[in-house]
Amino acid sequence: MAVIRDIAFQGGQMLLVLLLAPLLTGFVRKVKARLLRRQGPPLLQPYRDLIRLMRKDAVLADNASWLFRVIPYFVFAATWIAASLVPTFGSGLLFSWSADLIALIAVLGSARFFLALAGLDVGTAFGGIGSSREVMIASLAEPAMLMIMFTLALIAGSTQLSTMSAFMNSPEVGLRVSLGLGLIALIIVAIAENARIPVDNPATHLELTMVHEAMVLEYSGRHLAQIELAAMLKLLLYISLIACLFVPWGISPPTADPVHLAIGVVAYVGKLAVAGVMLALFETAIAKMRVFRVPGFLGAALMLALLAALLRFVSRSF
Amino acid sequence: MMVVYALFGVAALVALAPIAVAFGVSQGKDTTTTLIYGACLIVTLGLCTIALLSLFDVSHTISQATLPLGLPWLGAHFRIDALASFFLVVVNLGGAAASLFALGYGRHEESPLRVLPFYPVYLAAMNLVVMADDAFSFLVSWEFMSLTSWALVISNHRVRENLRAGFIYLLMAGFGTLSLLLAFGLLAGAAGNYAFDAIRAAPPVAGVAALVFILAIVGTGSKAGLIPLHAWLPLAHPAAPSHVSALMSGVMTKVAVYGFVRIVFDLLGTPAWWWSLVVLAIGGATAVMGVLYALMQRDLKRVLAYSTIENIGIIFAALGLALAFKTEGLNWAAALALTAGLFHVFNHSLFKSLLFFGAGSVLNATGTRDIEQLGGLIHRMPQTAFVFLAGCVAISALPPLNGFVSEWLTFQAILQSPQLPSWGLKLMVPAVGALLALSAALAAACFVRAFGFTFLGRARTPAASGAQETDSNSLAAMYIVAALCLIAGILPGVFIDALAPVVQSLVGGRMPVQTSVEWLSIVPIAESRSSYNGLLVFVFMISSGAIAAFAIHRLASDKVRRGPAWGCGYPDASTATQYTADSFAQPIRRVFGTVVFRAREIGEMPPPGSTEPARLTVELHDLIWDSLYAPIAAGVAFAAERLNYLQFLTIRSYLSLVFTALVLLLLVLAIWP
Repeated sequence: MAVIRDIAFQGGQMLLVLLLAPLLTGFVRKVKARLLRRQGPPLLQPYRDLIRLMRKDAVLADNASWLFRVIPYFVFAATWIAASLVPTFGSGLLFSWSADLIALIAVLGSARFFLALAGLDVGTAFGGIGSSREVMIASLAEPAMLMIMFTLALIAGSTQLSTMSAFMNSPEVGLRVSLGLGLIALIIVAIAENARIPVDNPATHLELTMVHEAMVLEYSGRHLAQIELAAMLKLLLYISLIACLFVPWGISPPTADPVHLAIGVVAYVGKLAVAGVMLALFETAIAKMRVFRVPGFLGAALMLALLAALLRFVSRSF
Repeated sequence: MMVVYALFGVAALVALAPIAVAFGVSQGKDTTTTLIYGACLIVTLGLCTIALLSLFDVSHTISQATLPLGLPWLGAHFRIDALASFFLVVVNLGGAAASLFALGYGRHEESPLRVLPFYPVYLAAMNLVVMADDAFSFLVSWEFMSLTSWALVISNHRVRENLRAGFIYLLMAGFGTLSLLLAFGLLAGAAGNYAFDAIRAAPPVAGVAALVFILAIVGTGSKAGLIPLHAWLPLAHPAAPSHVSALMSGVMTKVAVYGFVRIVFDLLGTPAWWWSLVVLAIGGATAVMGVLYALMQRDLKRVLAYSTIENIGIIFAALGLALAFKTEGLNWAAALALTAGLFHVFNHSLFKSLLFFGAGSVLNATGTRDIEQLGGLIHRMPQTAFVFLAGCVAISALPPLNGFVSEWLTFQAILQSPQLPSWGLKLMVPAVGALLALSAALAAACFVRAFGFTFLGRARTPAASGAQETDSNSLAAMYIVAALCLIAGILPGVFIDALAPVVQSLVGGRMPVQTSVEWLSIVPIAESRSSYNGLLVFVFMISSGAIAAFAIHRLASDKVRRGPAWGCGYPDASTATQYTADSFAQPIRRVFGTVVFRAREIGEMPPPGSTEPARLTVELHDLIWDSLYAPIAAGVAFAAERLNYLQFLTIRSYLSLVFTALVLLLLVLAIWP
């Protein structure tokens, strides 16, 4: 019985993230549009876009290789798995021990590795420039992310997300300098990883300013749909990660009664909504950076994260 | 008994050298190539089996033998213990893979008779270094290893660059052996007990031990490629034939790591507190510098050589961590860090061999190693591309392949280090952690570049567009190694358990048994703290990708149309409009290179109205070469210039010089207490 419940719990989480991800993106777009006094597309527009793209024929460049066709499936699969291992409304997921936080970051890293290769496959200048900038951003964002993880893992005494989230929910945590530094760094990394303003602009199609969009320019049809869905999942993943580590309220284990589970789901959706509004506000208020200002921005995250980790190594009370 | 069988195998390898010469003269090169590499394959497989048997031997018997060779009455001591048997597995697995690869690759060699006699002796020498149980046999085998590999580096001696690489290699190898000679001299002490057993029984006092430690880092580090002693490595490794490059990068650097572990963890007694600081600092710096250099290279094999330096840095950082824990008596944490380091030794020997095999196949098919001249090979060499991609994923430390597991274990070990009481370590370890994280991210960038510009895109030259898939022996070797990378990635528990006796013998502790953990996860300390299951991650990835593909093809669309790539409306874009590897590295060069390489970009625009092309020149400075090696070379040249003056003196001056020297020597004798 317990096994069936655990499998249902894990399966429910996998479906939930898949279903919520486009809604979150639609919500952010809607809020941004309202902030700009536009009507904006309906909330469900991302679903429609995805279905439309799935139904279309995929147009491949003449010299696209087999790798180019396989990568969208891989990127989608890796991102989906990573997203379904982060505690959202409930912790203690059945397979949460199969990949801890470091492994989770690395799974996302492999998705990026392959996406960067896809940018190089067709042999146009757009793909190359996109891949090149993507790996530059990653080369700063990944170490920052790992240092943040070190800090949090040292505070919680674990790299296991369920354990970390449970610890963060306990009164032992308290206010810590290193947690504050880690949170700022994590938000910066999340913005960069999800190609949001000011690092990248998900709405632009001006070649010189784009990073992620340039890299996937040659994709179309179902391949593009999967890459877009993976990007939406990644946004959801990072918000879930920040939520489960810094505002872990309402997260319940699978043994909890239905009322608590319902509270968990409502709390989770509420957190997503708040994060979506904050993201939209931030993006509306700030302008996109030049590409070579990005290293400074991410370098700040790296330094903050390193400082937080050093504080933790020096003393347990920080 | 094991060691005797192993020595028979080594003797067989040595005997292959004269056979290679004799057959080469009488039978022609094709027969000899097949014969020698086939024989090497069989012998190394045998040696690998012996090593595996003694590694998995439950009673952990140490097998020793003394041969009446070398110094009269003293003999040469050999021994296989857990540490030696692990490194014998690394050496012979790499050797077997390289021999199988060479069965195909060696046929394309221009002058195989310059390679064939040295190749088996080189394998034999690496085996002997690992088995040696006294300082004399160790040094002789070490020097043999250096000299045979030097002969292999200059086997294609008509290329001037290779001769320079060989010269620098010979100098650095001599310097390294000198350091080791002094280290062993100090270890043997005044009584001259040069057998390892005697050294182990009477470890040196603190001051001597410190000196031995420094000399051991310099001696083994110069062979392994630690910065700043790495200068020869990116020159020599690519110059050799590709299967030898694979052995040098994948295996010989590991023999150097063996030397370091043997001296510092086994022979030197209790470590002092500052040793780990030195090893950690050098390891972290080597990792980042190695990969930054690799990102700036155009030569595919040189990219791989610099990436070897990076991985050696990671291994040494893990070893430094193990040393730190050992000093503080945290044996279980030391076991974790040492397992991580040794597992990375094994992993790197696999994927670096694989990548060099792939580079060799590309070199054979196209005749160039310059990645700016390649491109689009995935269409012409689909199988090589596939296995090379597996190697790239593994070396970039991405799950589910093996590189990630050892990286993950290293990070888990770093997370245990706040327990260290020393303040220096409290500040050093997180910094090294950040350096390792940075090097892992940069390594992924480096291998996106290496794979992307070699195999993807459109062919940039006729050589690349006319390439043919490589032969079946080479492919078999690459597939086997790639499969091993996958197995080590998804079943790491088996490998961690195999390392347990090695770790136990060196730090007096071991990691918990992994193979009994449910679902074959690996759990370094406790499941609530951290765990990773490569098998499940792999299965999840495959199955959810397959579900997505099935659902989309079934429910939505599975049609594909082909069309030209979008070129902003310009039809038939030339292949030169593709992004280049140099421009790919430009953002990273701008972020890191301005400091590390003092990189400068100089753009020259033609005057308005002129139709001349604009030029962009990039200046890079190798600061280590400029600030360390160039002054030494200049100093030697200066001294030689001055001493040259002594050749043209008159007879009177010579006589007075001889007289002065005599007087000075007598004075010294008189004053000497």
